[in-house]
Amino acid sequence: MSAATNIDGGGTLAGYNFAYLDEQTKRMIRRALLKAVAIPGYQVPFASRDMPLPYGWGTGGIQVTAACIGQEDVLKVIDQGADDTTNAVSIRRFFATTAGVATTERTVEASIIQTRHRIPEKPLTEGQILVYQVPIPEPLRFLEPRERETRKLHALADYGVMHVRLYEDIARLGRIATSYSYPVLVNDRYVMSPSPIPKFDNPKMHMNPALQLFGAGREKRIYAIPPFTKVVSLDFEDHPFEIQKWDEPCAICGATGSYLDEVVTDDAGNRMFCCSDTDHCAERVAAGEGPGAGESR
Amino acid sequence: MSETPLLRVEGLAKRYGALKAVDGVSFDLWPGEVLAVVGESGSGKSTLLGCVAGLAESDAGSISYDSRHDGIVDLRALSEARRRWLLRTEWGYVHQNPRDGLRLGITAGGNIGERLMAVGARHYGRIREEAQEWLERVEIEAPRIDHLPRTFSGGMQQRLQIARNLVSRPRLIFMDEPTGGLDVSVQARLLDLMRTLVTELQLSVIIVTHDLAVARLLSHRMMVMQRGRVVEAGLTDQILDDPQHSYSQLLVASILQG
Repeated sequence: MSAATNIDGGGTLAGYNFAYLDEQTKRMIRRALLKAVAIPGYQVPFASRDMPLPYGWGTGGIQVTAACIGQEDVLKVIDQGADDTTNAVSIRRFFATTAGVATTERTVEASIIQTRHRIPEKPLTEGQILVYQVPIPEPLRFLEPRERETRKLHALADYGVMHVRLYEDIARLGRIATSYSYPVLVNDRYVMSPSPIPKFDNPKMHMNPALQLFGAGREKRIYAIPPFTKVVSLDFEDHPFEIQKWDEPCAICGATGSYLDEVVTDDAGNRMFCCSDTDHCAERVAAGEGPGAGESR
Repeated sequence: MSETPLLRVEGLAKRYGALKAVDGVSFDLWPGEVLAVVGESGSGKSTLLGCVAGLAESDAGSISYDSRHDGIVDLRALSEARRRWLLRTEWGYVHQNPRDGLRLGITAGGNIGERLMAVGARHYGRIREEAQEWLERVEIEAPRIDHLPRTFSGGMQQRLQIARNLVSRPRLIFMDEPTGGLDVSVQARLLDLMRTLVTELQLSVIIVTHDLAVARLLSHRMMVMQRGRVVEAGLTDQILDDPQHSYSQLLVASILQG
């Protein structure tokens, strides 16, 4: 199917509403978003729709983005920090086709960033919206399988069992080994799962000037962290929260303060570490940074 | 003994449809006292225990409890948040089946530490120390602190469940057939341990059992239940040696003589 034949004068797909979802659905999602922003960290149920991609590929995030996006917005989509992976490319193209909005790979230029697994390395600014795709919104799920019971635990702020999970980590492995989806306490009230971002990114959620929205399509939940909200990672006094560290800098741009992916390069077991945030890495290379160019961060 | 009872239950009733599971039960429990509730299966003992502990809703009557911080509170009017708070601080609940009272996927140490963490303990080292201490007190070897309860024998699981309840220094323990499903020698050891702990910690206990031997060993006072009603109440030795009600007589007479 050629795109040109299906695009009407407004630059969007003929027969479809702006940004794919109908206006009633968008209103329903916006109501859920407003409630989520009003109660930071609280999971608001919403009537998640079927989307033209499978569960687990970002149906929640896509619905939140569709409900927020306007004609003036500039959209960036990342998957594991990268702009050029299949999922990121198709979601970006989806909105370019159905909403006709401008897209970008640059963090600074984007007004809405839909993400899976990462928060961009470049600090976000006021006015930006970060949309997370969330697979399992319930932080207590693996400890308490009953939805009725987890809702009650949230309502009563009965969160002792959350620390039991961290206790088990230390008892078995000598340290808190949870490295992603690390539970946080939002605004001193709700314990929240930050979706599968690495705990490296947890401190970035705290007092972030951008609005952070979380959409779980399959589980039909929306939650949010409004700008400048307190977000604390749970820990023990004698085992404080720590983020991941690497022994070597990024092999491409030489950065030492960013989250690195381990990439296997051949069958002989050789590997390299490079930035997972491709925009951040490319920007540093363009600015003349690199392993040979000396260290700036 | 103090002036007011720790727990006062008056006219407590609970129906399941047309069936009166608990029908106007009243009793007082004093600090440091062990009260046994005996009766055959289906006589309403466990329902009574569940209603008093707030695990099940009761239909009528009043339950007042003399709490550490708030004085005398009406448990039926208490908010769920407060009731849960009591349940994990001042109370303990020992289930018949330890699998109901333990988290099987969590190590023994985590099971004991859960209550501490629920009331705000955030120091791993101290939580672990306390867990270790309680394992010793319930006669489980220290190295088993990092083992899963499912690798424990039935008797050990039950002892672990008791430790998990006692770690928050409760004043009132509810026990539902704590020795059911254990073999006789393990039962004897568990009873011995429970008697020691109850005396040492000055616990008040309501213990539901159909085993009169358990009642005789542990309890000071006893209530005999039949079809949701208390048919006889009094000192344990008195009832067992000289039962007045025909049903109590039947119960006592039906003990196998060795």
